[in-house]
Parts: sequence; structure tokens; C-alpha cells
Amino acid sequence: MKFEPVIGLEIHAELKTQTKMFCGCSADHTTITEPNTLICPICTGLPGAMPVLNKKAVEQSIQVGLALNCDINEINIFARKNYFYPDLPKGYQISQYDLPIASNGWLEILNETPGKTQRVRIRRVHLEEDTAKLTHQVDFSLIDFNRAGVPLLEIVSEPDMHSVESILSYANRIRSILRYLDVNSGDMEKGILRFEANISVRPAGSKELNTRTEIKNLNSFRSMAQATEYEIIRQINLYNNGETVTQETLGWNELEARTYSQRGKEDAHDYRYFNEPDIPPVHVEELLIKKLSLQMPELPDARIKRYTDQFGLTPVQAQALVSERTIADFFEKTILLSSSPIKTIYNWLVGEFTRHINERRINYQEIPVTPDNFVQLMDLFTSNVINDFSAKEVLAEMFNSNKNAKAIVSEKGLYQISDEDFLAGIVEKVLRENPEPVKQYQSGKEILFKWFMGQISKETKGKADPQVVRHLLNNKLRVQ
Amino acid sequence: MHQTTKDPLSKYPRYLRKDEICNWIIGNGELMELFNLSVRDAHELLVKKEISSVELTTAVLANIKHEDPKIKAYITITEEHALEQARLADIRLNSKENITPLTGIPYAVKDCISTRGIQTTCGSKILEGYIPQFDASVVERLDRSGAVLLGKHNMDEFGMGSSCENSAFFNTHNPWNLDRVPGGSSGGSAASVSTGLSLFAIGEDTGGSIRMPAGFCNITGLKPTYGRVSRFGHIALVSSFDCVGPLTQTVFDCAIILETIAGKDPKDGTSLPDPVPTYTSSLGKSVKGLRLGIPDEYFQSGMDPGVEKAIQDAIQVFENSGMKICKVSLPHTQAALPVYYLILFAEASANLARFDGTRFGYSSRQNVENVIDLIVQSRQEGFGEEVKRRIMLGAYVLSAGYYDAYYLKAQKVRTLIRDDFNSAFEKCDAILAPTCPTPAFKLGEKKQDPLTMYLSDIYVVATNPAGVPALSLPCGFSEGLPVGMQLIGNHLSEELLFQIGHVYQTETDWHKMHPILA
Repeated sequence: MKFEPVIGLEIHAELKTQTKMFCGCSADHTTITEPNTLICPICTGLPGAMPVLNKKAVEQSIQVGLALNCDINEINIFARKNYFYPDLPKGYQISQYDLPIASNGWLEILNETPGKTQRVRIRRVHLEEDTAKLTHQVDFSLIDFNRAGVPLLEIVSEPDMHSVESILSYANRIRSILRYLDVNSGDMEKGILRFEANISVRPAGSKELNTRTEIKNLNSFRSMAQATEYEIIRQINLYNNGETVTQETLGWNELEARTYSQRGKEDAHDYRYFNEPDIPPVHVEELLIKKLSLQMPELPDARIKRYTDQFGLTPVQAQALVSERTIADFFEKTILLSSSPIKTIYNWLVGEFTRHINERRINYQEIPVTPDNFVQLMDLFTSNVINDFSAKEVLAEMFNSNKNAKAIVSEKGLYQISDEDFLAGIVEKVLRENPEPVKQYQSGKEILFKWFMGQISKETKGKADPQVVRHLLNNKLRVQ
Repeated sequence: MHQTTKDPLSKYPRYLRKDEICNWIIGNGELMELFNLSVRDAHELLVKKEISSVELTTAVLANIKHEDPKIKAYITITEEHALEQARLADIRLNSKENITPLTGIPYAVKDCISTRGIQTTCGSKILEGYIPQFDASVVERLDRSGAVLLGKHNMDEFGMGSSCENSAFFNTHNPWNLDRVPGGSSGGSAASVSTGLSLFAIGEDTGGSIRMPAGFCNITGLKPTYGRVSRFGHIALVSSFDCVGPLTQTVFDCAIILETIAGKDPKDGTSLPDPVPTYTSSLGKSVKGLRLGIPDEYFQSGMDPGVEKAIQDAIQVFENSGMKICKVSLPHTQAALPVYYLILFAEASANLARFDGTRFGYSSRQNVENVIDLIVQSRQEGFGEEVKRRIMLGAYVLSAGYYDAYYLKAQKVRTLIRDDFNSAFEKCDAILAPTCPTPAFKLGEKKQDPLTMYLSDIYVVATNPAGVPALSLPCGFSEGLPVGMQLIGNHLSEELLFQIGHVYQTETDWHKMHPILA
């Protein structure tokens, strides 16, 4: 039987506010690494300490709600979620239950069918506080409260996704929206974006919802994809063997690449939610929503549409540019200043340029190459002053030294050699010194053409105009 | 047991201890012990330089040494800290700059109110030895005004109790009869003010915890409007009921202290932004024409005859002062007690969750295998019986399947109780009711029967779910024990309550009666 997976995602995103959700401590716990230095009586839950709501956290959450096409609730209620664990200093987490910040939204994503989009419904967006960080040693555990009380946004989707590709596309889009709004750095390694997946499978074509399992604490796109893939197959196998799926909460073992049961339905926590009496209901006024929506930047959706309409990019190409706001902004600046074709700029940006950023682990906020300088490089390249090989070298140097493209080209003498007479001499020399490959080529081993090109490139230190060389080489090889 | 005569010399003979320096003064033709001065009178003497704050504080500390072993009002006495503050207050008084009505006045706070560097226990073993890093906002304000902190008062553990018998440390005794309870949960505070162990006290009222002991000990106590006084630093029992307030000898003193401690606090999101009136300026105004409501439901069976007589006499005093007496109805009175306790259980179960033995206070060290053991055992061993009973009931009323029937229903009925008061205040300006159906009961009398103990709160609990203010003041005696009555007002009507209460204390002397200790 063919099965269809049914997947919903919960995304936890720490908000990038200056201070924590209920106290004046800095929320920047990822930069400050000395444990228990960003703490006070409030975020460590000392007796008598009271929470006061961070307005900025509410405003950022409203913007996320707006970006996800949600209804913004006029009245926001905070609630206590009660359970005991040493990472929860008050013995309850201040969260939202009945009336969250935002609900009933949707997001358009590219799904598993190439070129096709789909709408994923967003059930709710609510605000809560993060917990402390536990480090377990052999016979003791350590608690670091620096993270305790950092505002955490929970974005809950409906179970509208049916493939690993879809959840990746959805999660990526949420991540870029958060980055566009500048409310979360999207930095997965620091754990400020975390996922939980609800998964069930059903016979293809069926509309019913089968028993689902929930995988907690997925800290990267990779583990989310792997865990979901694993769980889908595990459930399908169970059904194929005539067994059933048990409703339970699962963990993901990264090393063994398998899910494992954390607790069953009967052990499910009863969180005994009730309204938080220390925080009066928050009234969100229409005027505030208007103000916040005016302050929002152009979001990925709108940009993708503009890039396909204005610049003739395909949706997939547009998505690749847009998912990282800095790159998209860079792209727009470049095409404004440059006479080079948009497609060329696009290829270089998502190719070499992004490769350098990733390989060098450069923070997008700290790219050393300016758009001006990049335009210089692109224009040198498209006007054949330097060839592809040299352009790559120049770009690498630009990432190293901040120098401008022209300076690097003249410093390194990378101007492209297009002089036919000069190049013809080189071609002849290469052919003369390699009689055996010439013979092989002429007896039909045409793949050697590339090898000859490489030899000539070596002789000219990569500066030869490849078009001229190709033309000369063709002629000479034929003549001989 | 008490003295009702107006002859000053026979009123205070037992306090003339010549071995103590500076412990008495003659003011207004009356012989006064310094420690029995009202805040208002003490302030006058301080400003006139007839006494210094160090003298006053020394007299009170000497009285504590002498009498507190019998009363046991204090968990912690901060003698050195107090004398240091008194010295600073004297400098301030001498400089004649920045003097407030509380500069140099010795006071103490209930032990659920955080004091920086001073042990704060909530009357619980689980907080024994806990030293807060910060002052409660109310303490900060009093500190700024120059008041002198003497120490911390005994209380029922986490405010759970009406007799002070639930303190993990010791019982406090009623100064009018040492075999009786002082009331609770601010029992230490009431007994202390009544005996001159502090000139005033800061208590906390979740469901009568200021008013009930004030009534039992013959002093004046105010439960302010919810949110009028910051709760920051008060160790919460029921966050939506808790009100920090003063216990004093007189209504006038109550007004002085509320002026200092009331007002918006950025650290407490539930504190009210409304401006704080100069409460003392309404004192002395006539109450002629004001309507005093007598709730039918509060005058039914179960009331001690002596209490009833005292209340009837008080009604007469108000009528003589020109007030119009009218009947009002609070139809959901019967529901107030269950609503109060259900919400209390629920909120308290969450508020007390932070006491887990991991960061502060009592931490179990025996047979602890893992962190869950640590949490469970610390709570098992650190909390007293009544606290554990209420936490369990709270977890129960909030749990899935029971939430709607208990907690949610209680919240709905809470609205009805609020509506009761709203409609009553359309017919009257203030409501008069007894504070407690009986005078102070015997130590041990109700301890084994929590339900009877809960019933002693019947007249005081409704105001807290409703959030309205209530002022308890002495109105007579029943078989030698003080009787208290309360004036309940509409939201933010403290000024009016003080005005009416002050008229009563101008017409009567009940509040001037001090107990005589054997």
C-alpha cells in the first residue's frame, strides 16, 4: 500500500530583544558564555520576585503574526504551565494558552513537486519564556540560568505538510521571515531556533488523521529531516506488519540516527494551565498593529514575486536569493549599479559568493565585500577584461583583503590575454611538446580537448581568453 | 483582663520600669510609654526634639526584650540594624531636611516580605536561613522615608492559617490572653503592635490576614484595594488576592503609612497607576449624610453574642455621628468561602512550586538519588501539613477533568461576588461588618479541624476575590477579649474608609486600650 505522511511543525524561536521577557537582564545569552552572569532574582525565580512583561517581545511577536497572515488577538492572556524540572526556576513556565498573540494564519511554500507551491495553515503564534540550560555530568548536573526567561516564540502549524521537502521548505521560509523581521538571527548552532515535528501516516488518498507521534528537540534542519524521514518509515513499517502506531513523545538520537520513546500517552504531563495573575491581560490596539505593520520590511513572499516579475528569475531562483535577506539586498544593490546581465550576477551571488560565505563561516551581517566592489568585479568579467578563472581568484582576494577588484587585477596582472598572435604561439608550443595526446585526439579521443585547454591555461597562468584559445586550438588540431 | 478607665496613671502602671532609660514620657497630660506611642504622636515628639529616634528605638527594643518572650511576635529581631537606622534618622531629624512622618519610627514587617540581608522565612522551615538579595518595594519605600526596621514578625506558614499556629517555628500568643491565638496569618504583627513591640507593622492580607488578627488583638488594620500597594518582594500566596497593608494603633496612623507605601510600582505589573491621595487630609471631616450599609447575610447564625452587641453599639455610634444606616445584600456571601479557598489552592500550588530545594532554602540531603528525589524530599520535609494539604488540593482543582468543575467555576462565581459589592455600593458608601464571628479562640482549639478554622474567615474573605478595601478597627470587648469590626469600601475608597474610621476613633476609646501582660 502507498502511504502519505501527514506532518505538522512547531517552531521555537528565541526573540532578539535586548532584555529578557520579564526582567532587565540581557537576553544575549549566546554571546556571553560565562554561566549565570545574566541573571537576577526574577529570572532565577527567587521568592517575591515578580515578572513585568517586555513590550518589545510582544511587538516582535505581533510582527511575526502579521508576516504569517494571522489574526492578531485583541486581548493577550499569559498563563502558567506547571511542571517541575530544575531548568524551570519558578516551577511553572509563563506561556500562553487560551488567547495567544496570533492565530489562524497561513504561509505559501514551495512543496515537493518542482515549481509547485502550497499553503500551510498556521494554527497559532504564542509567546513564552525559555528555560535554563542543564549540563549533565556523571554524578551531578549544572544549571546555567543565562537563557532562563529569554522570550521564546512558538509557531504551530496545522498538519498540512506531506513530505520532508515540504517541512524543510516551510522551516526555511519561517527562518527567513524571522531574519527579515530581525527578530531572530536564525542561528541553528546556538539553539535559538528549534523544531518539534508531529508525524502520522495514512493510506494515500485517505483524508483521516491517524495516530501521531511527536519528535521533540530537533536542533537543526538536518536532524529534523532525518528524524522525520526515519519516523515516516518506522510508522509505514508498523502498518505494513499489521501493527499500530502508539501515541507518544519521541526523542531523536543523532548518533544512532533513530527515534526513541520518551513518554507514552498515559504519562503525558497535565500542565494545569491557568491564567498568570501577575501579568494583567495585554490589550493590543488597532493603532499599534498598524504602526507595527508599517515598520515591517518587504518580506520574502513579496520579494520572490517581484524578482520573478521584474527580473525574470524562476521562483526557485528567486527563493534561493531571497531566503537570505542580506544576499537579496546585495543582489538588488548590485543590479542597480551594474551593467552586467542579471542572470550572471545571480549565478555569481548564489554560487561563488555564497560559497565563500559558507566556507569561511562569515556572519551575513559582516560580509567584507561591498556591493560597489562586487559590481566592479562583475563588470570586469562581463566586459572580458578578466576571464572566469581570474574572476574567481579576484573574488577570493576580495574576501581576504577588502581591496577593490581593479586593484587586485592589476596587482596580480590578471588582465585577460586576448592577443591572437601571442596565444597562437602558446598553442603551438603546447601541441609541439605533447605529440602523443595530439595523436590520440586526432584518432577520436576528443575528450582531450579540455586537457589541452588546461595546459594552455597553465602556460598563461589562467589569463588566456578561453574563447580565443578554443578557436585557435580547434584550428590547429584540425590542421595537423 | 483589660483596662477601660480613662485615668492615665492606672492605665499604664505596669510599664513604669524605672530601670529602663527613657521609656516613658508625659504628653497631653497623659503618662505614656514611648513604645505605646502612636506613629502620629511619636512623629510630633521626634520633630519637637523631645525624644530622639535612638531613644524611641531603644525603648521599643527594651520592651521587645522584656515582653516578646511571652508574646513571641518576632521570628527575627534586627537590633543593630535598627539602632543604625535610628542614628541615621536622628541625623535627618536634626538637619530638618527631608523629614517624613515616618522618619525615625520603629516598625517591623511580616516575615513574608523580603528584606535585603535579613532572613525572610514566611514562617516556613523551607525558607529557614534564606537571606533575600533585595528589599520588597514596600520596605524600600519605608526605608527611604526613614522608618526604622526592628525585625520580622511571625506568621502562619506562607500565610496559610488564621491563628499563627501554622508557623513552623512557634506559636504567637494573644497579648490579651496568652492562652489564646493572636489570629492569623499576620498574628505576629498584630500582637506586636498591640503590645508596643513595634509602633506599626506591615502585614499582608490574602483573605483577612491583616484584619482578623487586628480584630483579635485590638488594633487597626487595613487591607487596601488590590494593586494599591506593590506586591514586589512579598512572597506570594495568592497573586490575585494578596494585598500588603499596615497594622497600626489608629486609623490616623494607617492613613500616614498608606500614603508612604501606596502607588504604582514599575516592578509590579498589577500595581495601580491611580494617584495616591493625601489620606490624612480627609481625617476630621464629618460623615454626616454618608450611608453605612449593613449586609443582611453577615448577621445570621453563628455570631458570638458579645460580638453582635459590640457591632450594634458601633452602629449606634455611626448613627449618632450623622450617618444613614441602611440594609444591603451580598447574596453570594455563602459562596465566598469556597470560591476563596478554591482559587487560593490553585494559585498557591503554583506560587509554592519554586521552593524545590535546588537554589535556596531547605534542601534535603538524605538518600537523594537524583534531582526529582531532591525536589520531592525537600518539599516533603520542608513544608508543613497545612501547606501540603493546600498544594495537593490546588493541583487537584487545576487538573484535567476537574478544572471546569472547580477552578473555572470558582472564577465565574468570583465575578458574582464582585457584582454583589458593586450593587451594594450603589446603595451605600461603606459597609459595616464584624471582622470575625467570635473573639480570639484558644490555642489548639481549632488546629486539628481545618474546616472550622477556615470558617473563622467567613466575614473577611469576600473582599479579596472582589479586590475592594476593608479597614478593621477595635469596637469593644466580649468576655475580656477584643472585638473588631470592618468598614468595607468600593475600589480605591481608602480615603473614605479612613474618614469614617477616624470619626469612630474620635468618638470611642477602644483603640486606646492596651493589654496588660502578667
